[in-house]
Amino acid sequence: MSAFAALLARDIRLATRAGGSAMLALAFFAAVAALVPFGIGSEPKLLARVAAGVIWIAAVLANLLALDRLFQADYEDGSLDLLALSPLSFEGVAVAKVASHWLTTGLPLTVLSPLLALLLHLPIAAYGALLVSLLIGTPAISAIGGVAAALTLSIRRGGLLLPLLVLPLLTPVVIFGAGAILAKLDGIENGAIWLLAAFSAAAVLLSPFVAAVALRLNLSE
Amino acid sequence: MPSFLDMGKYAAFVWPAYGISAVGIVAAVLLTLRAYYNARARLSAIEQSAK
Amino acid sequence: MFSYANPKRFMELSGHILPWLAALTAILFIAGLYLSFAAPPDYQQGDTVRIMFVHVPAAWVAMMAYGFMALASLVGLVNRHPLADVAARQAAPLGALFTALALITGSLWGRPMWGTYWQWDGRLTSFLLLLFLYLGYIALWNAIENDVRAAKAAAILALVGVVNLPIIEFSVQWWTTLHQGESIIRKDGPSISAVFLWPLFVMATAYTVLFFTLLIVRMRTDILDRRARAAVLGANA
Repeated sequence: MSAFAALLARDIRLATRAGGSAMLALAFFAAVAALVPFGIGSEPKLLARVAAGVIWIAAVLANLLALDRLFQADYEDGSLDLLALSPLSFEGVAVAKVASHWLTTGLPLTVLSPLLALLLHLPIAAYGALLVSLLIGTPAISAIGGVAAALTLSIRRGGLLLPLLVLPLLTPVVIFGAGAILAKLDGIENGAIWLLAAFSAAAVLLSPFVAAVALRLNLSE
Repeated sequence: MPSFLDMGKYAAFVWPAYGISAVGIVAAVLLTLRAYYNARARLSAIEQSAK
Repeated sequence: MFSYANPKRFMELSGHILPWLAALTAILFIAGLYLSFAAPPDYQQGDTVRIMFVHVPAAWVAMMAYGFMALASLVGLVNRHPLADVAARQAAPLGALFTALALITGSLWGRPMWGTYWQWDGRLTSFLLLLFLYLGYIALWNAIENDVRAAKAAAILALVGVVNLPIIEFSVQWWTTLHQGESIIRKDGPSISAVFLWPLFVMATAYTVLFFTLLIVRMRTDILDRRARAAVLGANA
């Protein structure tokens, strides 16, 4: 089994154990979405209008949960040093970590989202757009989040810093992701889904290199 | 009031805008200078005590 | 190995030009303020057009400072020039200040127009996000204990930010056209009449020279602090 596959498999196993980050992210996702009607009222028309944005924001926040430990756990117990010595490049490590994060957070969130859409009265016609936008957009969240995680892995209480770094960078994802769903609701073509796809593709392709630079930096001192 | 300072109904917006800009800039200048002179004093104190 | 050659030259050079820069800043502000109040009220906007003379320069410096920070970060990463990291680090709080000023003055400018102190229009929203980018950068510098590592990590963040900034701006612009059907009054109109160009230009220059003057003082402070730390270590050795 290649080093990449081994790392990927190990991280997925860790995240999906009971109480692992996968389950926490899903629970957080649902909890945030469930809180919204208490804040803004439960009138179906109102919820229907905000459902797309709420689900997207909840998805972004839930994805942030597991990010600060993405590299930090391995950094602290020395596993990252071992990975540095393995045949796997830093870029490969970054790809494996980001992929495992998406597979255990972004993807399950996407699968769960129709249930939340039901609770928030999103019109059925928009469910397809919801799934597609989350499917395309969540990899970008994992990728950009991974870069920030690599930058902050040596900071012991870096947990609060990471959202501050990541959220402005994720603005386009939320705008285009929610925008794609709203386009379906309003029955117009606004190209949001293509802009989202372009942004996501760029983020996913470029982030391993940036994350690798950050990893190398943090391991070299 | 000189005519060129009379902002009419917009006074409530123009003056605070200039006021806050002035406060911000002056504060930045003062803080920057204070930090500089403190650093200089600290360095010469250390160099003095090393002699 | 901390090479004293470059910082020493910087201290000498900056010590010489700083008084001139400070004087130039003062002159530019005096001239700029005079021009700002001597300009006639705008046909449409009345006296609120004067807010443009403090808003646009602040906004310009806010963006220029980030570009400067990113450039200095790149030089620091690639060339390992010690002053580049110092320049980037010290530019950030200044950039954040001007961003905040741009937001506040922008809000005050918009209030007579929009009726509210805040409007999610493309310009203000972009500057709000820029402020977060600055704060994140400053926080990262402060959070990492190792100075060399902090410089490099912050440099990476600044470069990621500068690449993302146009994308963020674009997405915010796209979003405003999506959500605001009614037209937003464009602050600087299709053409600024010449009588407003001079105050704007002089104030913008004043703000820019002020930025670099303060930046140089902050860099000198940084170098003095480093020398003090090194001297303490040397004394205890």
